[in-house]
Amino acid sequence: MNRLPVPEKLAVNKYELDEGHPHIAVNEEVCRARCKNLACLYVCPANVYSEQNGKIMADWAGCLECGTCLVACPSDALQWVYPRGGFGVIYRSG
Amino acid sequence: MAEDVFDAIIVGAGVAGSSAAYRLAKAGLQVVMIERGPFPGSKNLSGGVLYGRVLHELIPNFWESAPVERVITNQVVSFLTADSSINLDFQTEAFNQPPYNGFTVLRARFDRWLAEQAEAAGAMLVPGIKVDGVVKRDGRVVGITADGEEMLAKVVIAADGANSFIAQNAGLRGKIPTGQAAVGVKEVIGLPREVIEERFHLKDNEGAAYNIVGYATRGVPGGGFLYTNTESLSIGLVIHLDALVERQLKPAEIFEDFLAHPMIAPLIKGGKLLEYGAHLVPEGGLKMMPPLAADGLLLVGDAAGLGVNNGFVVRGMDLAIGSAVAAADTIIEAQAADDFSAARLQSYPARLEKSFVMQDMRTYARAVNFMKNERLFEAYPALLANVLTDIYRQEAQPKKNLVPTLLKNLKASKISLLDLVKDALAGGRAL
Repeated sequence: MNRLPVPEKLAVNKYELDEGHPHIAVNEEVCRARCKNLACLYVCPANVYSEQNGKIMADWAGCLECGTCLVACPSDALQWVYPRGGFGVIYRSG
Repeated sequence: MAEDVFDAIIVGAGVAGSSAAYRLAKAGLQVVMIERGPFPGSKNLSGGVLYGRVLHELIPNFWESAPVERVITNQVVSFLTADSSINLDFQTEAFNQPPYNGFTVLRARFDRWLAEQAEAAGAMLVPGIKVDGVVKRDGRVVGITADGEEMLAKVVIAADGANSFIAQNAGLRGKIPTGQAAVGVKEVIGLPREVIEERFHLKDNEGAAYNIVGYATRGVPGGGFLYTNTESLSIGLVIHLDALVERQLKPAEIFEDFLAHPMIAPLIKGGKLLEYGAHLVPEGGLKMMPPLAADGLLLVGDAAGLGVNNGFVVRGMDLAIGSAVAAADTIIEAQAADDFSAARLQSYPARLEKSFVMQDMRTYARAVNFMKNERLFEAYPALLANVLTDIYRQEAQPKKNLVPTLLKNLKASKISLLDLVKDALAGGRAL
C-alpha cells in the first residue's frame, strides 16, 4: 500500500468546515514566555500545529478533535473547544 | 407557567449515552440526548471490539439487527521487535456461538443504530447541538446551556467522552494530566471481503483481533491493534502521552513505522485508506476516576474514566454500557423517590462497585502501571525473539537445550534475573 503523508490522509476524511469560526486559539505570548517543550508541535496526530516565523499557528480545519494537544500543552496556552454543533470532522467509519 | 423540565438530559449520544437513554425511556422517563455531531457516532472512534454480553442484557440478541462487522473468533497477542514477530494465536469455535464474545464495530454506524433504538424506545434525540456547560442553581445541576439557551432537567448525565468538558465545567475534575491519557490513532483500510477472509484465515463472518506489543510503538508504552471488519481493517496505535511528550515523538510517524513493519505491511497490502482518525484514551485506571455523582449530575463511560487494557484485550465500550445501565437504574429509583440529591445519587457509584464495571477496574488496577513497564516494549520482545531464533536456526554447530539457551540470551539482554522474576510475578497479578 502506498503510504500517505498526514495532509493526504486528512484529505480522505469528511469535514464540515465552519468558516470564520476557528475552534482553536493559541496564546502566543504564553508560548513565548513560558513554554519549554512546544509539545503541540509534535503530539498532534493531524499535525495541526506548526511554527511559522517564530509563531505557533493552528491549522484548525484538519483537527480530528481528539484533545491530545490540550492535555499535552504544559503552559495552558491553548483555547481549545469542540467546533460548533454539526461542524468539524464527521467520521463515516469511526 | 412552569418551565419545561425533562426527567433527564444526556450529553452525548455515544454507546454510554444511548444505552442510558434506552433504559430510561423504556422505564417511561422523559429523556433527551443532545449530540454535537450531525448524527450519533459522527464524532466517535474506537479500536473497536465490542465485548457484547452487557449490551445483550440490555437489548437481547442485538447482533441480529445491529450493524456489527465480524464475530471475533481469533484473538491474537503479538510481540514485535524491529524485524521479528511472535504471535500467540488463539482460535475457538466457542466464541462463535450466541451470545458471542465480541464483535468488531465501526462507531459511526453502530452508535447511530444504538441511538435509533433509544429513540424507538421513546427518547428524544437532538443532534448538531454542542452543550456549552451545565446550569447550576443553589449548587446543584439543574440543566445545560447550549447556544445561549437553557434546557432544564431533574438530572444530567455527562456521556460526553474522554475529554468530558461537562465534568470539568461542573467542577468534578480538572485538566487531565499527561500521565493519565493516551492518544489513539487509527486508519480504516478497505479490502475486499474475500481478501480479508483468505489473509486472516476466516470463514463467513468470523473475525480476528490482534493486540500488538513492543516495537509497534518504538518502545514507547502503548500498543497496536488490528481488527477485521466485514470489508475493511481497523488498524491503529494507542500511545501513552507522558512518554510521547518526554521523547518528543510524533504519533503519525510512529504509526507510519508500524504500518511498514514486516509483519504488518503484508496484512494491509493492497488496501485503500478510507479514514484516518484519532481519539483520546483514558489510561489512568482507578486513579483517574473523578467523583461519579454530584447533585443532579452523573458521569458515565469515557467521561467517568472507565477503561481496561491488560495487554490481551482493550475494553471501553462494555464498561461504558455497564455504567450507563447502572446510572439509568439509579435515576429510575431517584425518580420514584423524587430525590436527585448527591446523597441519593451516590447509589450509582455503589451500584457500579457491585457490578463487573468497578470490579474489573479493581482487578486490573495494577495493569495500568504494569503496562507502563518499558521492558515490556523493548527488552522482552527482543529476548523472546532471540531465544526463538536460537531454537529454530540450524547451523553446523552443536545445539544447546532450552535452559542454557534461555540463560545465554537473558545474560546478553539488559534484563536481570531478579527483574524477570519480579516482572513475571507482577504480570501474573496485574493482568
